[in-house]
Amino acid sequence: MNKITTIRGFLDHIYNKNYAPIESQISLIYEGEITHQIMKAFTSMTETSLEKHEESSSVSKRVFHVMVECLQNIGKHADAEDIREPEIKRGIFLICKSEDKYNVITGNFIDHSKLDGLKKMLENINTLDKEGLKELYKTQIKAGSISDKGGAGLGFIDIARKTGEKLQYDFIEVTENTSFFVLKSTVSRNS
Amino acid sequence: MDKINITGTDDVPSVILDASTGKFEMSGRSLPEDVSAFYKPILDWMAEYAENANPKTVFDFKLTYFNTASSKIILDILMQLEEMANDGKEVLIKWHYPSDDEDMEEAGEEYSEIVDVPFEKVSY
Repeated sequence: MNKITTIRGFLDHIYNKNYAPIESQISLIYEGEITHQIMKAFTSMTETSLEKHEESSSVSKRVFHVMVECLQNIGKHADAEDIREPEIKRGIFLICKSEDKYNVITGNFIDHSKLDGLKKMLENINTLDKEGLKELYKTQIKAGSISDKGGAGLGFIDIARKTGEKLQYDFIEVTENTSFFVLKSTVSRNS
Repeated sequence: MDKINITGTDDVPSVILDASTGKFEMSGRSLPEDVSAFYKPILDWMAEYAENANPKTVFDFKLTYFNTASSKIILDILMQLEEMANDGKEVLIKWHYPSDDEDMEEAGEEYSEIVDVPFEKVSY
């Protein structure tokens, strides 16, 4: 089995889990440091490509939205595999297209100390319907504040709302202190 | 009071805050690398303006995209405007959205439910 943190291992995993349908086309895959510049380059490339394929503007905007939130999440929150280099936010990013949807799939390290908090948040989001998510969003936007890392705690809620789909995710232990967090978001092409 | 005049890029909005001409506008995209650093001068300006605001303030939002971190700051700006309205000033928020952009329309709708201030949605 290839290591999950490599592109080969990541691809094995997402096909096994059916996060990426086997017949889907991968339009972008990247492994490395996730910076603001990288995020801008990927979103801009994807926008151009969606435009070229005459995707509807609401689909394009949602794909853009999900990409920004996912990549900014990694850029702000990802932990490092090597604790001696905490500032380097690495991750894997993949976008693939099938007949009826786009899947945006990301992977990044997370320290085990944060695992329970993240799991609870994601589980809670997945129990909620459209109205429930709206209420959670409103509660969080009113109560929350911008963290030191520059986030508002709204990213996952917003992805769930914009896509109208449950978040799919899992955690693969890499070392005794860190796991790899794999997240799949789906944007329907019929929306 | 000095005005604020920021020319937008692909990741920060254009912002005009000018008390003397009565133009208050944010337009374009907002997904700055450091949302707190970008918006601090804007929030500071709004707080100072609120101390001695014009009798009437019309604030135009013409955003085509904003990320979730920016959405929190936009609420901060709206709450500052709400406070001005509570102090007896006339305040109107104009939320412009592309006619085919349901998500942006809904975002305006939700803000109008959170803050208690005259809110006009304008489709273009």
